[in-house]
Amino acid sequence: MANHAQTGKSSSGWLALLKQESVWISVLSIIIGLIIGAVVMLAGGYDPLLAYESLLLKLFGSKYDVGEALGVIVPLIMTGLAVAIAFRSGMFNIGVEGQIVMGSIGAIVVGHFVNLPPVLHGIVSLLAGTVLGGLWGMLVAWLKTSRGINEVITCIMLNWTALYLSHIVIRTLMEEPGAGRSKMIQDSASISLDRLTAWMDGARVHWGFAIAMIAVIGYYFFINKTKWGYEMRAVGSNKHAAHYAGISVKKTTLRAFFISGMLGGMVGTFEVLGVFKYLAIAPATSGLGFDGIAVALLGMNTALGVLLAAILFGALMYGAQGMSFGADVPGEVIRMVISIIIFFAAAPGILRLVLKRWPRKRQEVSADGSNGVSA
Amino acid sequence: MEAMAFLLNGTFVFATALIFAALGGLITERTGVVNLGLEGFMVAGAFSAAVTAYFAEQAGLGGMSAWIGFLSAPLCALLFALMHAIASVRFKADQVISGIVVNMLAASSTFFLVKLIFDGAAETPMLTEVFGKTNIPFLSDLPFFGVAFFQVYPTTIVALILVVIIYFVMFKTPLGLRMRAVGEHPGSADTAGIRVNRLRFLAVLVGGMVASLGGATIALTANSSFSFNTISGQGFIALAAVIFGRWHPIGAMGAALFFGLAQALKDKVQLFEFAKQVPTEVFYMLPYVLTLIVLIFTSKRTSAPAALGQPYDPGKR
Repeated sequence: MANHAQTGKSSSGWLALLKQESVWISVLSIIIGLIIGAVVMLAGGYDPLLAYESLLLKLFGSKYDVGEALGVIVPLIMTGLAVAIAFRSGMFNIGVEGQIVMGSIGAIVVGHFVNLPPVLHGIVSLLAGTVLGGLWGMLVAWLKTSRGINEVITCIMLNWTALYLSHIVIRTLMEEPGAGRSKMIQDSASISLDRLTAWMDGARVHWGFAIAMIAVIGYYFFINKTKWGYEMRAVGSNKHAAHYAGISVKKTTLRAFFISGMLGGMVGTFEVLGVFKYLAIAPATSGLGFDGIAVALLGMNTALGVLLAAILFGALMYGAQGMSFGADVPGEVIRMVISIIIFFAAAPGILRLVLKRWPRKRQEVSADGSNGVSA
Repeated sequence: MEAMAFLLNGTFVFATALIFAALGGLITERTGVVNLGLEGFMVAGAFSAAVTAYFAEQAGLGGMSAWIGFLSAPLCALLFALMHAIASVRFKADQVISGIVVNMLAASSTFFLVKLIFDGAAETPMLTEVFGKTNIPFLSDLPFFGVAFFQVYPTTIVALILVVIIYFVMFKTPLGLRMRAVGEHPGSADTAGIRVNRLRFLAVLVGGMVASLGGATIALTANSSFSFNTISGQGFIALAAVIFGRWHPIGAMGAALFFGLAQALKDKVQLFEFAKQVPTEVFYMLPYVLTLIVLIFTSKRTSAPAALGQPYDPGKR
């Protein structure tokens, strides 16, 4: 990930940003993804234009749809940032899934059992889930730093452990009989924006949106302007050099995973306190953590990049529902498009090859030689 | 006693798919390429096996259809393995990301195709011609051991044979030595005249094909169909088995059997008196927690291939 960690070093303003090759790679990846998606639809006997049109109509069709699309985008921003901060520190957090589950456990337990006045109850429940998610993340880092266990395997094991732990907690403490879910949280713990929900015809909007915006800005300042952020980037780009420079790699790793886990944990609290108001006994984890990996990659682990990538993927995922409705195209096409985008973004060499060849051909024709694409 | 025999039998049923997938992962990782795409290869294998077997069944091929389905799995997985190989070996992409892309694309494209082929249905029709358990002559009549070990699906036998073959190739042949050299120290291997990236490319392809047999096993034995939750995380468990089994074929098989036992346990736990006091989920959780505990106690002696996860660039030797 080293090549992604260093982007943004020379960008002063939008114009400079547009000259960066990595940005062009991302944009091209998106275009290619959408084109291949269209080809797949054509091959399957569907109308791609109608499909993409219905996707857009679904997205902007009504106030309700905009609100619900936000509900898809917000968790992606959070999990994208969670994965990004670990990447920046040279670690791979494939355990956001489990951290989300732990966050929802914290939120449901405090939200259901503890008695507190409104607002305060919501904040305490949210914090409980956030901290629990953070600790779950830190467990991964602790096992890595103290026992040398590969974080990928720890994350995978802890994801499943968290899932079944949530089942045990629900079944033994707070099962709603026959419903396959927990009892509801108390109304005082809700973080829903009820008036906005009413205005948006019932779209489940909540404070998570505001928190996600704060998280994006906070991530930017933290990683670029603070001592801890600097230490994380240093450890991420060269662990040994960072160690030699007197940075504690161990502490930095633990810190990065704690923050990463907290961001994941918050996603769990949003779903419990803002969307469903209960915790379901799910057969598998949500997959949001894996989507976060995609978001972080396309967003090149930067704050703005993660925000834009989350908006793009979230919009595509939500719009996909409209696609199956309006053009009869299975929503899986959109997941194919997303994975193709990630494929080209992850292997920039492929597009670099194309970008290098293309201007050369143009040169032969016009002899002008100016190429504005690959700086 | 009888319950124990069934438990052991169930262990083999669940472990077979994991053995295939873990062997596939092991082949790839031994040459230094991380393989998080095991889940995707299994999905591709299960999809291909179910669909091919279905059409073979329709064509009236009878008992052959299951085998045809089984053998079609590697071909389908080859496409996805090619993606992983091109991205991570040829273009030096992040190997973890590349594997995750394989998972995403395999899942989405196969469900898309299932809906396309079967008029919007969420799963393939139930197969009738699937693998049945074979009784191994004489041995299956033994008390206890007969039920426990010798009434098995043919896929289990294939998997166990494959363990032996891969062990032999890996540790007793020049090819195996080269593969391990490439995974441990690509620079020296290159100096010795081994085409590092070509060998890695091949290992990714073969690994993906072997792993897909695990998916085919699930579709053609336990499930008799393919749907979006046919694999549900087994590929990741297989990856854990690779690491848990210390990148060794016998070790990986042992780890797969351990996970298989845990799965069989959660299915058959009601047979045991002591288990009734404990929530079932505790047994579900057990394999993952035990893996972590074992890793905590054994991790100091790491045995991962030294160059695992590092793309090889001959220019930087």
